[in-house]
Parts: sequence; C-alpha cells; structure tokens
Amino acid sequence: MPLNRKQIAWRAAQDLADGVYVNLGIGLPTMVADVLPEGREIVLQSENGVLGVGPAPGANEIDLDLVNAGKQPVTLVTGGSYVHHTDSFLMIRGHHLDLALLGAFEVAENGDLANWTTGDPKFPPGVGGAMDLAVGAKEIRVLVEHTTRGGTPRLRRRCGYPLTAAGVVRRIYTDLAVVDVTAEGFLVREMVEDIDFAALQAKTEAELRKAPDLKVLEAPPF
Amino acid sequence: MIDKRVKNLADAVAGIKDGATVLCGGFGGAGSPEALYAALLEQGARDLVVVNNNAGTGRTGLAGLMAAGRVRKIICSYPRSSGSVVFEELYKEGKIELELVPQGILSERMRCAAAGLGGFLSPVGIGTQLAEGKEEREIDGRRYVLEKPLRGDVALVKADRGDRWGNLSYNKSARNFNPTMAQAAALAIAQVRRFVELGEIDPEQVITPGIFIDRLVEVPG
Repeated sequence: MPLNRKQIAWRAAQDLADGVYVNLGIGLPTMVADVLPEGREIVLQSENGVLGVGPAPGANEIDLDLVNAGKQPVTLVTGGSYVHHTDSFLMIRGHHLDLALLGAFEVAENGDLANWTTGDPKFPPGVGGAMDLAVGAKEIRVLVEHTTRGGTPRLRRRCGYPLTAAGVVRRIYTDLAVVDVTAEGFLVREMVEDIDFAALQAKTEAELRKAPDLKVLEAPPF
Repeated sequence: MIDKRVKNLADAVAGIKDGATVLCGGFGGAGSPEALYAALLEQGARDLVVVNNNAGTGRTGLAGLMAAGRVRKIICSYPRSSGSVVFEELYKEGKIELELVPQGILSERMRCAAAGLGGFLSPVGIGTQLAEGKEEREIDGRRYVLEKPLRGDVALVKADRGDRWGNLSYNKSARNFNPTMAQAAALAIAQVRRFVELGEIDPEQVITPGIFIDRLVEVPG
C-alpha cells in the first residue's frame, strides 16, 4: 500500500535527530509537527517568527496571534520564543537551521527544486519563504506524492517548472519510496512492499538506482 | 512633551497621499492593522503601492482597499491564500500589478532602507526567474544578486500595547513584519490594542522603540 500523507510525514519525522532545528514548509511538511518521535527535543521554526512551534491547540486554546507559516493556529513549546520577520529570515538564510522540510511540484535528479509556480499566467505565483529556505537551511529534504493525481511523475530528469533553487535537495520522502539525491542521480533507499522496482521506475521520469541495502518503507497506520 | 497618540482613526491616517507606498504589517490575519485599512478606505487615497506578505482575504481590510480600486500595485511574497478572491479577480483581469519577492528578501529590503543602506547581496533566487535582470556579483566563490532597499512613505502596523512616546510591544507571532515596517517608512502609524502609561512596558519588552513611530491609535481587539 502507498503511504498516506500522514504516514509520509511520520517517515520524514523518524530521521529528525535529537536537538535539530527544523523549518517545516506549508502543506504536507506541516504535518510532521503532529508525528514527531517521542523522547527527542526537535525545535520547529516557523518563518513568521516562531522558534519552538508546538502541536495544534485545543478548541479553547486557539490564539489567532499564534499561527504557523500556513496561518493555522499553533502553540509554543516551553523554551520557545518569538522574533520579528527579519530575524526569522536571518535564521533561515544564514545557515542557522539544520534542516528544512519542503513540499514540491517537481524535484530533479540533480537536486533542482520547483515548488513556487507552474507558470500559468492565469494563476498568480506564490514564493513565500521557499527560495530563502532552499538556499539558507543547511539541508533540504522534500515531502511529496510520487506522482500527480493524473499520474505524472514528480521525480524528474530536469524540472519542467521554473526553479526555486538549483541542486539543493538531498532526500525525498514519497508515498512509495525514500529516495536520496546523489552525484549519480536518484538512489532508492526504501520502497513500499507491494510494488516492484520496475513499477516504481515506471512512476519516475529519471532513472532510479537501488541501494545495496534497500529496505522496506513502512509506517504505522494513521 | 511627546504625545504621539491620536484620538481617532481618521486622524491616524490623515494626509496619506495618492500614489504612496504603504508598508502593511501582518502575516495573514496575525498582526494585521484591519482598522487602519478601513480608515484608509474612508480617507480616500488612491493609486497606492502596497507592501504586505499576502494580498488580502475576504472583501474587507486590505482586500477592501483593492476591491475599491485604490491599489495600483502589490509587492508581496505569497498572494494566493484561501479567500484571496479580490486579488485573484483583479490579477486575472490585469487590473493590479504584482511584484513577487521572496519573503525574507521582502523583509530584508525594508530593513536595509530602515538602516540607511543602499542595498545588499543575496544568494536567494540565483538561477531562477526571480533573479532575472538583477545585477550579479561573486563573493568568495558564491553567486549573489544585488537587492535594493524598499522604503515606505507610510507604514500601517499593529501592536499589542503602546505608550505616548510610541514604544510598542507585540503579542506572540503577531509581531512578524510590523517592527521592520515601522522602521522603514517616513510616516509610521500604529494601531494598538491598548494605550498604557509611559514606563508600563518593561524596557526589556519594548520591541519597537518610540523613535520609529509617528502616530498611534487605540483599537481594542
């Protein structure tokens, strides 16, 4: 079975080490906040000036002055703090964050990332903090469904959409696989059990290589 | 004696001219100076260039100004949100100009203006459409583009508490762009939830010192 969105978020969360500072992009990456591994102190940064984002508030605890990058109400963990936007992006651009987990339209085998515009003139583009994050965090990982709803691969030889940043993505978590971006292209580290490698390749535009220690990608039911 | 408090919203926005560049605080609804937008609509200034992270939602506030045809151009990082209907309509019809700026660059360009600097070199957007046409420099092997300062004629900001000197404190993530925008405009106008006595905000908690604020008006809520 392909992973559902929460399971993709869960899988990405498993790779977050104790003590890391992480920015979560809007959409799928935001869900990582709800499935963090217990027993580790992982500090979530939100671009709008929150360092130490906590879980979603209960219905009676909602404060519209405390929101995340997607403008959803959040809480602050003990030890958290607030900064203004300029300082928030100083953290982001100045390599102070260990990691940013971002969504994407497309990722290329050379690590190029496209996630801000499809180039359709009827729809206004929106870059938000994506370009700052893509060049500023120490490492970029992407969470994305392996294909579009129509079946078009999102893991490509080269991005068709305009780039957010060139050569920045190191790891991709999808509903079907965990794929590293290496100097030789895409390397599959894990894949779900009930799909074979040829079928995974058929859903991917760029050539995939299999890691010698290929593991099964699985996540608890959500 | 210094007293920057004004009695009402009309006094707060008096004198804002047609064609002004207006820096508008807030991130979505958090820290958004809604009452000042309504007052500016009433005041009547047109042909405005608005700087905000987003492009308004619903039909009131910033969206209300746009719906009334008062905004010529918007400079923002992320115009599309759920409910950004007015902007999307105007954009499709070609009735509003959009300058899209990466979020941190938007903020830093205003900081740059506030700090009296002529620009800065940024790696953001290198190799992308948003860096096209910008002057490029290589420093220690890394490529940068020149980003220019972004100065406001006016800033509309929202804070939690303010005193008669214009010292401001904020609430949680409602701080966002407000402190930088207050610093980067010739005329900085603050909507505050509560006026407090001078000295009541602990000096360690003053986020925007009064030197940056010209007028403040009390709007509970």
